[in-house]
Amino acid sequence: MSALDLSRWQFGITTVYHFIFVPLTIGLSIIVAGLQTAWFVKKDPEYLRMTKFFGKLFLINFAVGVVTGIVQEFQFGMNWSAYSRFVGDVFGAPLAMEGLLAFFMESTFLGLWIFGWGRLSPRLHLATIWLAAIGTSLSAYFILAANSWMQHPVGYRISPVTHRAQLTSIVALLTNSTVLAAWPHVMFASFLIAGMVVIAASAWHLARGSDTALFRRAMRLGLTLTLAAGIATAATGDVQARLMDSQQPMKMAAAEALYDTSAPASFSLFTVGSLNGGKELWSVRVPYLLSLIATLNPRGTVRGINNVQRAYVKRYGPGSYKPIIPVTYWSFRLMIGFGLLVTLLALAGLWLTRRRRVPRSQWFYRAAMWGVVLPYLATTTGWIFTEMGRQPWTVFGVLRTSQSVSPGVSAGEIVTSMTVFTLLYAALAAIAGWLMIHHVKSGAPAEPEAPGADELLPVFSY
Amino acid sequence: MNLATFWFILIAVLWTGYFVLDGFDFGVGILLPFLGRDNTDRRMMINAIGPVWDGNEVWLITAGGATFAAFPLWYASMFSGFYLALLLILAALIIRGVCFEFRGKVDTDRWRRNWDRAIFIGSALPALLWGVAFANIVRGVPLNAAGVYTGNLLTLLNPYGLLGGLVTLSLFTLHGAIFLGLKTTGELRGRARAAAVRVAAVAVPLAAGFLAISQLAHGRPATDVVAALAAVALLGAVAAAFRGREGWAFAGTAVTLALAVATLFGDLWPRVLPSTTRAAYSLTVSNASSSHYTLMVMSWVAVIFTPVVLLYQGWTYWVFRKRLSRSDFPPPAAGPAAPARPAGQGRIVPGQP
Repeated sequence: MSALDLSRWQFGITTVYHFIFVPLTIGLSIIVAGLQTAWFVKKDPEYLRMTKFFGKLFLINFAVGVVTGIVQEFQFGMNWSAYSRFVGDVFGAPLAMEGLLAFFMESTFLGLWIFGWGRLSPRLHLATIWLAAIGTSLSAYFILAANSWMQHPVGYRISPVTHRAQLTSIVALLTNSTVLAAWPHVMFASFLIAGMVVIAASAWHLARGSDTALFRRAMRLGLTLTLAAGIATAATGDVQARLMDSQQPMKMAAAEALYDTSAPASFSLFTVGSLNGGKELWSVRVPYLLSLIATLNPRGTVRGINNVQRAYVKRYGPGSYKPIIPVTYWSFRLMIGFGLLVTLLALAGLWLTRRRRVPRSQWFYRAAMWGVVLPYLATTTGWIFTEMGRQPWTVFGVLRTSQSVSPGVSAGEIVTSMTVFTLLYAALAAIAGWLMIHHVKSGAPAEPEAPGADELLPVFSY
Repeated sequence: MNLATFWFILIAVLWTGYFVLDGFDFGVGILLPFLGRDNTDRRMMINAIGPVWDGNEVWLITAGGATFAAFPLWYASMFSGFYLALLLILAALIIRGVCFEFRGKVDTDRWRRNWDRAIFIGSALPALLWGVAFANIVRGVPLNAAGVYTGNLLTLLNPYGLLGGLVTLSLFTLHGAIFLGLKTTGELRGRARAAAVRVAAVAVPLAAGFLAISQLAHGRPATDVVAALAAVALLGAVAAAFRGREGWAFAGTAVTLALAVATLFGDLWPRVLPSTTRAAYSLTVSNASSSHYTLMVMSWVAVIFTPVVLLYQGWTYWVFRKRLSRSDFPPPAAGPAAPARPAGQGRIVPGQP
């Protein structure tokens, strides 16, 4: 494998891994802040126990998210130095802002929250978790603005002197239509994961009849959030699809493996056969749906891969502009499918737990526990689709992936780093996963004697 | 002063923040197996840096991001050139970061011992390698006409680079020992103070030698003065530590680190990454920087938000200013704080022991 392929694999592995932890951090920080707010307002000790229980789960997850995040910032320079040279003037700005505006806020106030129990006034302590949560969501915005610029570059020009990209408008970069659609999509997807984690943790206890009052309440909260997040994720994804159709028509066509321009275009749920433009042996299709998704018009025209390829050759010169079609086709479908399954699961759960009901069926609990992998699969396939669908570009229409890799780094060095990261990350995943499962099983901490007796709660955390 | 020079100074400030703040975290991690006689000691040490270490590490992330934004060519050449060294640093920081969070989650000695070992390695390795990296930046590295690093890991491990590594390793350890003396009470405080004096016996000659060699090889009159002041600050810190004036000693090592960074960046200016292949290939403040517009936008962001960050991080130190003592850490079973828990699940510690 070449240094380019190896660098791509490493970026894929480290980024997919990093994004296993990020959405739970985003979603759960807000849920914990909400629970603590409920406790602060209602003084109901059950909310305090929930805050502590999910707060600790959040912290185990947060630690891994933070440490794998440093790798993300460093590897642009380490493995993609040609990219960094070319785009640093534009791409570096949101990254630096993320550090100064978001990461400091997130980590400093989280430190205050962890160690501030009983040391800060309840009101101030509540503010620290909200500030940490806001910092987390803010960091998502900056990094998505950076990524959106790669999908749909705006607010820049190519300098005639240096031949590198140069920022011309920070406002255009931060209000890119792509990030305005991507940020809510990622935020809702984060709640899909966080909600499902709350559901799974509650299911474990409800299935055993332990702490039923508390975990039924948590279950209902998780189900409601997951259902709402599922619907909102689909709605924002729908907005993104139309933006994609106008900004990256090749990606839209590759999502559907639509080779020739069609009006109306149908949406295939499954296809058996050659995806490389050959024969389609068997498929299940929904007529008009692709036209509707891409253009809001059931008879709208959706451009095909071959047609876009011809247009791109005319515009960018000879070469192939097709991503790997089976990857884009299946990742797009699987993302939607997994997201839909989670949403249906949440809907079924809400029905089963209606009007103070506690379901007896172990099937439901088993589905709720194993279902926790579904939203993770949805976000993972979603990112694989977004990034693989942009290929062969790192910055769409501006810089190719093959021109982005570090010229001075050898394949041997990348094999070394990829091995180190993969082994380290696998070990971390095993330990963090094990800790989270055992934390869930050990249950919510005991109730303090009286509400407001939290001075008795431990101050030191490590 | 043009904007590129302003950003050069700002990046020096960010690295200063990183070395002064995460420096004592590293020092505490390095001293963990030596000063922590039992688990209570070690918990005191870890909790002394507990509320702040993560925020301290953000100085590194921000320094990296600021270099990317303000000097993309410097960022690209340095990060790809120091590939394996940075890999080691990243691996160490990853392990160290999760250690603090995971160490207390399972209540067995073996579990904690393994994490303690990892904290030591995860602190010592970056403390050494940052010095190696900075010494090599000042010394210059083989860069070709395209600004691409043509050496390997061994190129960085030259005597001057290794000396730089030993300087940061020993200075951070000293800084950490003084910090512990400032933050703890009882026997641990006494041991930390004794350790500070012993580490100083190594750190002072190393740091003085390194600064002298740096000034002879790369210095200029203005930085000679700064280097001399750094040496004075270090001697002052040691004298204060010796007399048990912990606050002054800590201020002394902090000023030493700041002035040492200022010396190295001053020696470097106007270059950001000198080329040993040919002086003309060197990256400089002007040929490696971003456009005026980007620097201007980033300057506004930095001018507005850096004071805010300093304010709330400073407040954190104020909130957690109290010294820690052994009585703050009751054993898990006897502690009034330990939450009651169903029998049979005692191995995992959900509450804080």
